[in-house]
Amino acid sequence: MGLEQKLGNLGLVTTSLEQAVNWGRTGSMWPMLFGLACCAIEMISTISAPQNDLSRFGMELMRASPRQSDLMIVAGRVSRKMAPVVRRLYDQMPDPKWVIAMGDCASCGGIFNNYAIVQGVDEVVPVDVYVAGCPPRPEALMHGILTLHKKVRQEKLKTWA
Amino acid sequence: MLHIEKTVAALREKFGGAIEDVTEFRGETTVTVAKDSLTEVLRFLKESPALRFTFLADLTAYDDYPAEPRFKIVCQLREMTRMTNLRVKCAVHGDTPELATVTGVHRNANWYERELFDMFGLTFTGHPDLRRLLMPADWEGHPLRKDYPLGYEEVQFTFNFDEVDQKKPYAKE
Amino acid sequence: MSSRETVLLEATLDELKHLFSPRAQTGETMVLNMGPQHPSTHGVLRVIVELDGEIIVNAVPDIGYLHTGVEKNMEAKTFTKALVMTDRLDYLNNMGNNLTYCLAIEKLMDVQVPERAQIIRVILAELQRVASHLVWLGTHSLDIAAQSPLFWAVGARERILNIFESISGQRMMTSYIRPGGLWRDVTPDFEDAVRAFLDYLPPLLDDFEALLTKNPIWLDRTQGVGVISGEDALAWGLTGASLRGSGVNYDVRKAMPYSGYEQYDFDVPLGEHGDVYDRYLVRMQEFRQSLRLVQQALAQLQKVGRGPVMVNDRKVAPPPRAEIGVSMEALIHHFKLWTEGFSAPQGEVYVATESPRGELGVYLRGDGGPRPQRVHFRTPSFMNLQPMGLVARGHYVADVVAIVGSVDIVLGDVDR
Repeated sequence: MGLEQKLGNLGLVTTSLEQAVNWGRTGSMWPMLFGLACCAIEMISTISAPQNDLSRFGMELMRASPRQSDLMIVAGRVSRKMAPVVRRLYDQMPDPKWVIAMGDCASCGGIFNNYAIVQGVDEVVPVDVYVAGCPPRPEALMHGILTLHKKVRQEKLKTWA
Repeated sequence: MLHIEKTVAALREKFGGAIEDVTEFRGETTVTVAKDSLTEVLRFLKESPALRFTFLADLTAYDDYPAEPRFKIVCQLREMTRMTNLRVKCAVHGDTPELATVTGVHRNANWYERELFDMFGLTFTGHPDLRRLLMPADWEGHPLRKDYPLGYEEVQFTFNFDEVDQKKPYAKE
Repeated sequence: MSSRETVLLEATLDELKHLFSPRAQTGETMVLNMGPQHPSTHGVLRVIVELDGEIIVNAVPDIGYLHTGVEKNMEAKTFTKALVMTDRLDYLNNMGNNLTYCLAIEKLMDVQVPERAQIIRVILAELQRVASHLVWLGTHSLDIAAQSPLFWAVGARERILNIFESISGQRMMTSYIRPGGLWRDVTPDFEDAVRAFLDYLPPLLDDFEALLTKNPIWLDRTQGVGVISGEDALAWGLTGASLRGSGVNYDVRKAMPYSGYEQYDFDVPLGEHGDVYDRYLVRMQEFRQSLRLVQQALAQLQKVGRGPVMVNDRKVAPPPRAEIGVSMEALIHHFKLWTEGFSAPQGEVYVATESPRGELGVYLRGDGGPRPQRVHFRTPSFMNLQPMGLVARGHYVADVVAIVGSVDIVLGDVDR
């Protein structure tokens, strides 16, 4: 307490390394351009529509290459033919990486309970946040992203060490 | 209406016994032909100067299991100046699900026939590239057949939450 | 999982040997995978290209990465419950898919839709066309490296989605058009909101044209690229703006009118050369024609005035909620319709409408029961994508993206 009072005028801030690292990670988390189906259109709306601008979170830069991205937003239904591709892309992403399952089809198979659709992308990749909706509104997706940010702020350094 | 009646008359005249049935339902005419003459009928309909059904709008099939003959192929044809629509059907037995390709007459039947091979197991002899189109290349079975299961997974409610949780193949890290 | 998938990917060249030239075997040309995850393939489309330097020798589209099994799934549900799945097929033309499916059911069951419902269906289908073309414009120009149109287009589309949300509660997957008419009547602010949008869009369209139509970079990248002649286009079963860009005058709304389109006055824009630029010009004109149609339909709606939006046959359409409390028959009808569903006669129909991509047809077969025996969607993107491998031959790699964008495919439509 005493140290911080003396540092006030010097323009310094004290924090823990964990908090600083997590703050940096949430500040500019780059999503991978991975839209599959209808949810991708709502994702485009979230990122590009002037009404729901995602660049206020530093996330408007969607990287096409998995090697350069932190976040995979699985937007849309994952078919059995596509499942190995999703896994391969997840494996190509460098640590730290997070996955948001956007929409009902990615969370649990959605309305398509049949031979062709994987019933929830968590059968293929481990998911951090599920966003419900068919498709989820842009505001719902942003709420999901902010929930992920909250989760990331509580992570320990050990998780990705 | 006159064009469609002329068409049916011309078909009956040229193919006689191969035309098994002509029905009309809700203003649409359907001609059922024998399986072996399907390609010839489509060629006649396309190239005959009075008929000119040059546009193959759709080529699909359905499964009448357990009634035999099981598979019915359905072609939707259109004449592009008067916009006359004609449906041509033929029946295929479940024991020998194969028939001749129509890609020689209509180029766009290529992917339609591949899809029917994929979904119903119908082999089109003479097709340039008959492989699975929509399902993965090593998939077994033909999904749109009536005896193929839907692949329904038990829905997870509160009363069976834990059971379904145990059985679900979650991904490892 | 990983060993199985390596086997699959290695087998690719072997099983596809017959599609590539012998030079691919010796390594003289390179076989490159434009994989399912790609920034410019508009969804999960995989194109395997054989390249000689930068020139394409062969291009083979590989589809099926979004196959959803909708046709089989719909056979297990009643007609009304299966309607929900139609929204998600061509996910940029939700109202249009609903409309085509409902027209097929209405034709099969010989049901007459009230006039007010038909006019509102036309307004919604045309607004959906505008929304879909806005996404096309944004993504197509983004692929050819023009970044601003995407933001303007998506922002304008938000207004249309707000209109859809105000009448049905959902932005995209509305399921508002039901067999027999509409779910319920439009809200009082609908007509004013549509009029406001009709005033908002034309200056924005002028902005798009000022930015792209005479732009030398745009002309360089789109003129003479992806040429397909009118005859070839018809032989390959192309429909929609891709066909009209090659000069063939075929629009389902004029050829086989449905839902009252014959009473409205609109033009069908045609192109000349059949290249990417002409398809772009055709779609830009289609925007304006759609707005013209909406204007006329609004005037017609005013003339027809208030009225029913659902057919009055209780065997097909559920009764209004207020009636259930007072009438025993209404309660029984409601119960029967929502549990068992209405039964269609034995028979088959084929109905086609003009989706923003081309001719969307539904082949519906009933067997006397409450579930469809077979539903097949003749989707335009499936046919439009087929010849693109051949069209891309002789072009540069960068042109594949322009060609695929100009054909305006939606993978939900291709794979169903």
